[in-house]
Amino acid sequence: MSDTANRTKRSTRQAMGPFGPVSKVVDELDERFGVAKGGRVLLDKIFPDHWSFMLGEIALYSFVVLIATGIFLSLFFVPSASDVIYHGAYAPLRGQHVSEAYQSTVNISFSVRGGLLIRQMHHWAADIFVGSIIVHMARIFFTGAFRKPRELNWTIGIFMLVLAVLEGFIGYSLPDDLISGTGLRIGYSIAESQPFIGSYMVSFLWGGQFPGDGSIIPRFFIIHVLIIPLALLGLITVHLMLLVRQKHTQFAGEGRTEHNVVGSPMFPSFAAKTTGFLFMIAGATALLGAFAQINPIWQFGSYYDPSKISYAVQPDWYMGMLDGALRIMPSWEFAGWGHTVPLEVFLPAVVFPTLLIGFWLLYPSLERRITGDYEMHNLLDRPRDRPKRTAAGVAMFSFMFTLFAASSTDVLANFFHVSLNATLWFFRIAIFVVPIVAALVTYQICLEMQGVHGIGKRKRAVIVSRSAQGEYSTVPSAPRPDDERVEIDPEPVPVRIDIEPLENDGERQPETSPTGVRQVTR
Amino acid sequence: MSDADHQPSRTRVPMPIAALSDPHMSDAARHPKRAEGVIAIVLFASMVLFAIAGAAYWQNWSPWVFGGALGGGMFALGFGLTAWGKYLMPQGPFVEERHTLAGTDEERDALSAALYERTTVVVKRRKLLGGMFAGGAGLFGIVALFPLIRSLGPLPKNELDVSNWKAGTVLVDSNGRPIRRETLQAGGIMTVYPRNQKIVKDGEVTFTQQGLATDQTVLIRLSDGPLPQPTMPGREGWAPDGYVAYSKVCTHLGCPVGLYERELEVLVCPCHQSMFNVRDGAVPQFGPAPRPLPQLPLGYNDQGYLIATAPYDQALGPAFFERTT
Repeated sequence: MSDTANRTKRSTRQAMGPFGPVSKVVDELDERFGVAKGGRVLLDKIFPDHWSFMLGEIALYSFVVLIATGIFLSLFFVPSASDVIYHGAYAPLRGQHVSEAYQSTVNISFSVRGGLLIRQMHHWAADIFVGSIIVHMARIFFTGAFRKPRELNWTIGIFMLVLAVLEGFIGYSLPDDLISGTGLRIGYSIAESQPFIGSYMVSFLWGGQFPGDGSIIPRFFIIHVLIIPLALLGLITVHLMLLVRQKHTQFAGEGRTEHNVVGSPMFPSFAAKTTGFLFMIAGATALLGAFAQINPIWQFGSYYDPSKISYAVQPDWYMGMLDGALRIMPSWEFAGWGHTVPLEVFLPAVVFPTLLIGFWLLYPSLERRITGDYEMHNLLDRPRDRPKRTAAGVAMFSFMFTLFAASSTDVLANFFHVSLNATLWFFRIAIFVVPIVAALVTYQICLEMQGVHGIGKRKRAVIVSRSAQGEYSTVPSAPRPDDERVEIDPEPVPVRIDIEPLENDGERQPETSPTGVRQVTR
Repeated sequence: MSDADHQPSRTRVPMPIAALSDPHMSDAARHPKRAEGVIAIVLFASMVLFAIAGAAYWQNWSPWVFGGALGGGMFALGFGLTAWGKYLMPQGPFVEERHTLAGTDEERDALSAALYERTTVVVKRRKLLGGMFAGGAGLFGIVALFPLIRSLGPLPKNELDVSNWKAGTVLVDSNGRPIRRETLQAGGIMTVYPRNQKIVKDGEVTFTQQGLATDQTVLIRLSDGPLPQPTMPGREGWAPDGYVAYSKVCTHLGCPVGLYERELEVLVCPCHQSMFNVRDGAVPQFGPAPRPLPQLPLGYNDQGYLIATAPYDQALGPAFFERTT
């Protein structure tokens, strides 16, 4: 490199000032978009640290995985119910009547390189998506994060859960295999059970009486790849915008009040952690897709013939609750005035989920009404400090879990060698008893935890010593090193994180204030 | 003029530099050097794994090698980055004030006043226009729904009440062969369809989807001779030579009633375990099914083939609002 070039380079760099090309980019952007003020606030945005705050991130990132893998699958999947004879790579199916949807799904699994992995990742990510939404909402519920001012985000969360379950069911139906076809048949009958609108709804949606004119597959496809994902994307955007605007909740602790947020800054600490977490979730999904088989539709066969069925038919886990409710419902059917209302279907599969979702939506205002607490809350509750709410939440969860377990009456009866009748009656009684018992036990546990000194801290060993006179005395052992660490007082983010001067072609930039003193002006 | 001439556009504002000696800026890791080493190894492992994934794809090795390496690589990359952020980047704790989002009382009232005044101007002073606009928008909303809903499919009419079984319809098996007296032994079972619903394509007999879904009927031979008593009072002569036929569509949710327990002479629905005793008119003995499976009256035609002597006497499958019986 010539001397002139060197000098030019150096002089250019010097002209750029102490922050190098970064400041040039910032200048250019700020002149056009005004990024300086807001950008700085964004970099310093504080994210409180707690493991339970990552549950929502799991949901968000599994949605990212779903979009990425879903785009890949949509390049190969053929949404058509047309009848074809299978001539693919999987020998046992050759020569059989299958639908194009089923054939293309089998082809994705066997003929597209990497296709099986992506397909299994997509299915696993869907299960993780719904699961993490539920666990995330449980965290929100038990810590009281749904209280004012965050009621709208709770509502949005419930709508996203409903959409996610619907999206899962529809996506599961698309391959048109024997198991999902049976599920679709059940879905048809549930929709058909509604008074007044039922038979019209199914005839319009399916294009005739079951299995219809083949419209259901392309219709479900466009709902699955466009309409619901778009709705979810919109709701996620609003969800996150509200979260940024209202700032995070946090648990009480050193220097934490209702009026501040304590944690680590958006950039670089939080950005590194959360981006890493995205990769970890994608990686875990890929490992599941690689090593844990899910939904092997080539083993089930096609739903070409609706008079075929498989034994021990189970839907994806998040449909289990609905299935359990259908199983334990007594066979009450109303017939009269020239009409029939199949209460044994309509009540557990339509009325019950509607009431349940309605209750969740109303819960924040119900709690406000009952407790008379209309205040703003930015500090989270420990579940034990709100025994009644915690007991109510546990009752709800045990109720849902009992219904989920009831969807396996036949499997449980086989496994424990008891009669199906006994299993059924067990669940019919358990559905009322289990939530009540669980709530009472939870309430008592909460009260007792409140009364225990040093709860939540790690236990310390107690040293028992005996004196020469035979007297026993106890002394607590020294605290563990981790417990001894004193939390330092939180402070505002310093104006600038230390950077070395660009290479060593100049003196360290003169400082206007001594090292360690920071000016915080926004 | 080139861009370089513009370089010193303004004098830079000097900014103080934070001290790394500040505990807020220090690493969370107790041994930063060791942590850096471990993270470097993890990140290097992700590079190795991604390389393996690439090779596995290129060489078309087993899917689990590709997936395992890809997943392991992504996990290692993410783990390294997360650990870097957690242990070797400033953790604070830093604090940020939470500013009240609400405006002042004056600001709120100014908005309320403007909204109130201006909507009053629009709505109250021009009631006719307001009413006309609301009417137009409302009608548009309703009319826009018509194509969205009504174009989707046909009206149900009486389609749910009827099947393709008529008086004299010949029973055929899944290959389109009619059933004779000796086709089934006592205890035997098969699925049958109405003959007029078959399609012959490429010399192969298949059935219409409607035929497969709605008309599917289960034929069971309970005994070699006639039954000692009819399956239900009033069903005398429906079961020639011990043959009984029931709709295979469960009255609960429409699954095919595909399991038959021969010893108990019970049909079981695999979906929700409804049980129907075929000797007793398929009345549900257990489970959520509300009604018996409809029975098809059987007989023989001149050629000795098993036929339906009458159509099903009720709608098949799960209930719906317009169902009358």
